[in-house]
Amino acid sequence: MAVSSSPFSQSADDLVAPPLTLTQLGWLRLRRHKMALFGGILLILLTLFSFGGALFVTEKYANFNDTSQRLMPPSAEHPFGTDSIGRDILARSIYGGQISLFIGFVAVLIETILGILVGALAGYYGGWIDSVLMRITEALLSIPTILLLLVMAKFFGGKVPDIHIGERAFSGSVIVIVVIIGATSWMYLARIVRAEFLSLKEREFILGARATGTSNFEIIFLHILPNTFAPIIVSSTLSVANAILSEAYISFLGLGVQEPTATWGNMLEKSLKYMDSSPWLWFFPGMLILMTTLGINFLGDGLRDALDPRSRVL
Amino acid sequence: MLQYIIKRLLQGIPLLVIVSLICFLLMMKVGDPIATMGGRTITRPEDRERLTRQLGLDKPIVVQYLYWLVGNDWTKIDSDGDGTPDKNGTRHGILRGDFGTSLVTRKPVTEMIGERVINTLTLMGASEVVTIFFALVLGIYSALRQYSALDNILTTLLFVGYSMPIFFISLASMYIFAVLFKQWGLPYLPTVGMFDPQVGKTASQVIWHMVLPVMSLSVIYFAGYSRYIRSTMLEVMSQDYIRTAKSKGLPRRQVVYIHALKNASLPIVTLVGLDLPFLVGGAVVTERIFAWPGMGRLFFDHLSRSDISVVMGIVMLVAVSVVVFQILTDIVYAWLDPRIRYD
Repeated sequence: MAVSSSPFSQSADDLVAPPLTLTQLGWLRLRRHKMALFGGILLILLTLFSFGGALFVTEKYANFNDTSQRLMPPSAEHPFGTDSIGRDILARSIYGGQISLFIGFVAVLIETILGILVGALAGYYGGWIDSVLMRITEALLSIPTILLLLVMAKFFGGKVPDIHIGERAFSGSVIVIVVIIGATSWMYLARIVRAEFLSLKEREFILGARATGTSNFEIIFLHILPNTFAPIIVSSTLSVANAILSEAYISFLGLGVQEPTATWGNMLEKSLKYMDSSPWLWFFPGMLILMTTLGINFLGDGLRDALDPRSRVL
Repeated sequence: MLQYIIKRLLQGIPLLVIVSLICFLLMMKVGDPIATMGGRTITRPEDRERLTRQLGLDKPIVVQYLYWLVGNDWTKIDSDGDGTPDKNGTRHGILRGDFGTSLVTRKPVTEMIGERVINTLTLMGASEVVTIFFALVLGIYSALRQYSALDNILTTLLFVGYSMPIFFISLASMYIFAVLFKQWGLPYLPTVGMFDPQVGKTASQVIWHMVLPVMSLSVIYFAGYSRYIRSTMLEVMSQDYIRTAKSKGLPRRQVVYIHALKNASLPIVTLVGLDLPFLVGGAVVTERIFAWPGMGRLFFDHLSRSDISVVMGIVMLVAVSVVVFQILTDIVYAWLDPRIRYD
């Protein structure tokens, strides 16, 4: 920038900002997206509740049942009330939140890896690989997800032993649920990635990479894949909400994560039975699930706008 | 066109084979069907062995799949369970329209599904109609008044509906409209079942019992549809021919409902067409909460008892509907938009 001149004598070139990368641009746009910020803050608060709350109550207390205190309405001692065998719902919500959020994120990690692999291979290689992978994708898309999830939950149920990390024991069903949610939700992402690969592989920079003898592996993962991150990030963010809902639905039906490990989903299991007498059984875990999915959907929607390459808004 | 339909039908075959294979393989290992058969407990090991042979559950998985697919009336099966095949089987296989017999109720699966599919379609069809009607009204309204106060409020509320777990809205509406209304002495809605057994299965009873489940299902589906309609309407309203229609002085009503909506309806038809086949499968969670005797509950109850014929029957019915409805959607699409040619 010119040193001596007044602000009015700058040339047009000086006024042009340096080009922003998509990440910088996305972050700038996201910061102005009020809904996305609200969603992000909501998610941070929920994470603080689940993981920070664990500093104040022990898991032993969350699993401690006092049958003289069953189905107590919210009070000073039990702010969220107690469940059908007298456990404190607030404490279970805290530890259940850890598992629910864990399931949401890890299931989506599995989903994203599977979706990228299937989509990239089908889109890049085409031919029979594409035909086979896409037929499988379509087949899985024509079975309602909840039915497939229930069959798989029944298939793997009870086959994974409990896991001990430090002093805490987790039901093996957590792993089962994570894997089956990941394995039944990658299809949409695979289609998105495939479509991106189909168009990107015809571009000149890929021709250039081929001409210099770059291996297929490097072309797929280092040259094409980074260009598809924007739609992948949006889709994966929104998937976290679906994964948390899926866990809640299977657990509600009794095929999900098994007790004593709490999740927001399996806390709802008994709520139908005591529907008319104890609404706090479903209200608090249901509200936490709703706030999480709402936060994720707000954030995902903001990301979609922020990362849209066609958007001209700064 | 006919050629296109035939081609699409043929493409559906490998799809259905993959669907059936995936489900069949999973169903083979979901549990012990004999343990929960008909509510009786089989304790003697020789009885269990005989039953396994009679039901053909001792056969290799490939043979079981083949019997399910094409039947077993062309081969000898072990009908008395003594270990030697004695007479021809009676199954015709799903390819010849025989879905098999339920292990639990011993009734033909087609009959069991037939009883339930009407209930499910009543519930899901009503929800779909309510959803589409309100989604159209609100979607068009928010598109015409983009960024108005009401549009902003609606957009936010739609997000809440979109993020809502179905059990939360179901349980909340049950609690408010049945439990609290009853406590307050107001007329309250029934929560479970299809009709009051003391009154009988009359149309008014069924409609009365449908209010809460339809409301819950509609709130969930409504949000997605409405957002979609809003964005398609916004896109169409910015087209040149809409400006032309406006500038030649056509009444606003005509521009919106004839010129814009007709064109915006194309993507909506696709969305609805692709969603409709999944209605056949019912709503597992909703049907369980409201004790609605539909397909979702049939599926769940028989999956719990490892009843392979019923589970496979329901999955295949949905998969076939998906294939058929995809083709139907394409035909309707070509009929609505003459520019589209399938050659």
